[in-house]
Amino acid sequence: MSDKVPVTVLTGYLGAGKTTLLNRILSEPHGQKYAVIVNEFGEIGIDNELVVGAEEEVFEMNNGCVCCTVRGDLIRIIDGLMRRKGRFDAIIVETTGLADPAPVAQTFFMDDAVGRKTKLDAVVAVIDAMWVKDRLKDAPEAKNQIAFADVILINKTDLVSEADLREIEARIRGINPYARLHRSERANVPLHEVLRRNAFDLERILDLEPAFLEGGDPHDHAHDASPHEHAGLSHYHDEDMQSLALRTDKPLDPDKFLPWMRDLVAKEGPSILRLKGIVAFKDDPERFVLQGVHMILDGDHQRPWKEGERRESRLVFIGRNLPEDNIRQGFEACVA
Amino acid sequence: MAADPSRADIPSIAERARPIAAGAPISGVHFLDRTAVFVLGEEALLFVDHAQARRVPVHAGAILAAASDGARVVTGGDDGKVVATGADGDSAPVASDARRRWIDHVAARADGTLAWSAGKQAFARTAKGEERVWEAPSTVGGLAFAPKGLRLAVGHYNGATLWFPNAADTAPEFLEWKGSHLDVTFSPDGRFLVTAMQEPTLHGWRLSDRRHLRMSGYAAKVRAMSWSAGGKWLATSGAGQLVLWPFQGKDGPMGKAPRLLAPSGKRVVTVACHPGQDVVAAGYEDGLVLLVRVDDGAEVLAKRPGAAPVSALAWSAEGSVLAYGTEDGEAAIIDLGGGREQ
Repeated sequence: MSDKVPVTVLTGYLGAGKTTLLNRILSEPHGQKYAVIVNEFGEIGIDNELVVGAEEEVFEMNNGCVCCTVRGDLIRIIDGLMRRKGRFDAIIVETTGLADPAPVAQTFFMDDAVGRKTKLDAVVAVIDAMWVKDRLKDAPEAKNQIAFADVILINKTDLVSEADLREIEARIRGINPYARLHRSERANVPLHEVLRRNAFDLERILDLEPAFLEGGDPHDHAHDASPHEHAGLSHYHDEDMQSLALRTDKPLDPDKFLPWMRDLVAKEGPSILRLKGIVAFKDDPERFVLQGVHMILDGDHQRPWKEGERRESRLVFIGRNLPEDNIRQGFEACVA
Repeated sequence: MAADPSRADIPSIAERARPIAAGAPISGVHFLDRTAVFVLGEEALLFVDHAQARRVPVHAGAILAAASDGARVVTGGDDGKVVATGADGDSAPVASDARRRWIDHVAARADGTLAWSAGKQAFARTAKGEERVWEAPSTVGGLAFAPKGLRLAVGHYNGATLWFPNAADTAPEFLEWKGSHLDVTFSPDGRFLVTAMQEPTLHGWRLSDRRHLRMSGYAAKVRAMSWSAGGKWLATSGAGQLVLWPFQGKDGPMGKAPRLLAPSGKRVVTVACHPGQDVVAAGYEDGLVLLVRVDDGAEVLAKRPGAAPVSALAWSAEGSVLAYGTEDGEAAIIDLGGGREQ
């Protein structure tokens, strides 16, 4: 199972610094070999036979659901790359600035050949600090990419003031409070903060706490968690993209919760970009974890609850115009 | 038929297999006369006849597609090349993509006409060396020559198109059906076209009136299709048993259920129909290979389960030799002698 090749998806608006980051990944001596699927050939300065050009092709699946889409080009290219398995350790998929990350992510869950040989590691969004505020106004794709990301790189921080940066971070948090935020100039983030994150691994669903406390200090952006920084952040609420966090100490009834979840994603899938959860079922000694992208749900028992661990169920949603009251009531009705 | 997943009690020809040291993952196998030509994941073909195994280099990288017209094996690579290799092992470049794009699909016709695709472009080259190109509406998912007349079926998003490479004034015929169409295959009598889709389903058209055939119920995407002798059945992978669609009548499988044989807890991933009899070789994801008689479902064990899925299965033209290969490079030839299966 663990011999599946990890795949990192790089999103970000045109000119944000994806190519700079890619060139760093391909040129730095980290001992890992990457196959790279790029959307624009020739931008990569590295001569690498495992750089493959792709034309993004989003295919609707014939199941009556408009959000069940996959990237046909990725299925074809990954199938071809896997004939050269052993020549690379991981795959990076660069998407165009206008790309929707959801079909890319869904490809790993909906295509059995891709899912059998590779696994989605994380979606990384590269954001241009200089232009992100404009893009949030005029480009729905940019907002989608932020909402969807597991890791967000605020790049070109040298071009804006500290006050601007804080506002950018607050705006990003208003859309997606769960992603890891990093600041960078010329994409100079430590690569281990971007690669091999296991963000889609059910075994690793831990990061359900909003990460408001990160990124307060520009000189220690990775792990700054001093609580007083929080007070300095202004809170933004994006008008159409929200996150929703639910929690309860009361054990849930699996016979209510699982059908509710399935029904919810079937109905509200188009609005739900990402969801993650840890669930404590009544009389169940194990934690149940789940995650989803639009209508796709992936869930399993993860591990036994630890001695003294708080048996709390937590669910987080990031989406567009989420029917918040409806979701809250549904969740509360799942109490055993 | 008792479905014993271990197949402990069925007759076996597994011990008659002559193992081949392929030394690399195998993605396909074709017969040129009695020589088995294994397609390796990268770079080379492996020619195996009575005496020896010989490696023939054909591409500078991955081999993405292979097809045979019985006289040659045609391959497409991620080096942007199309290469034709004859029974003597002499290979000759057929085409080289100007932009070094991957050659995703190839098809070969007995008269020497070849076809291949790179991205959205489908190419055909006649035996006389005339080359034509047709631009599909989306990336080509699969190619197949019609059994009669120079027609090439191209699978793509939202349908398949019949292209007539030699008739510049004949417009391609578009067959519409929503969704992503991958492999395409004509029934041997040329009456039906069947595509395997991105969804776990097959779609088909009766070409005379374009009536639709819907063949669904699979657990996984169908990656392998093979027509039985005379085109009576279409054998397919994609389920926990061998799925055979009846094409005997004028309506094909319209309104009919498939025949389901050789059930297993594992999925069938590769199929190859015997060229003369109603017997199908079925390869499973756990490495099992069974010969299955269509009439009564009787099974013969050809390979026990192993470490990797079966990725290649083929019969020699007269049906006396079976070759198989797996994703981790296990390969063998079984000489059945005189075309007897059991």
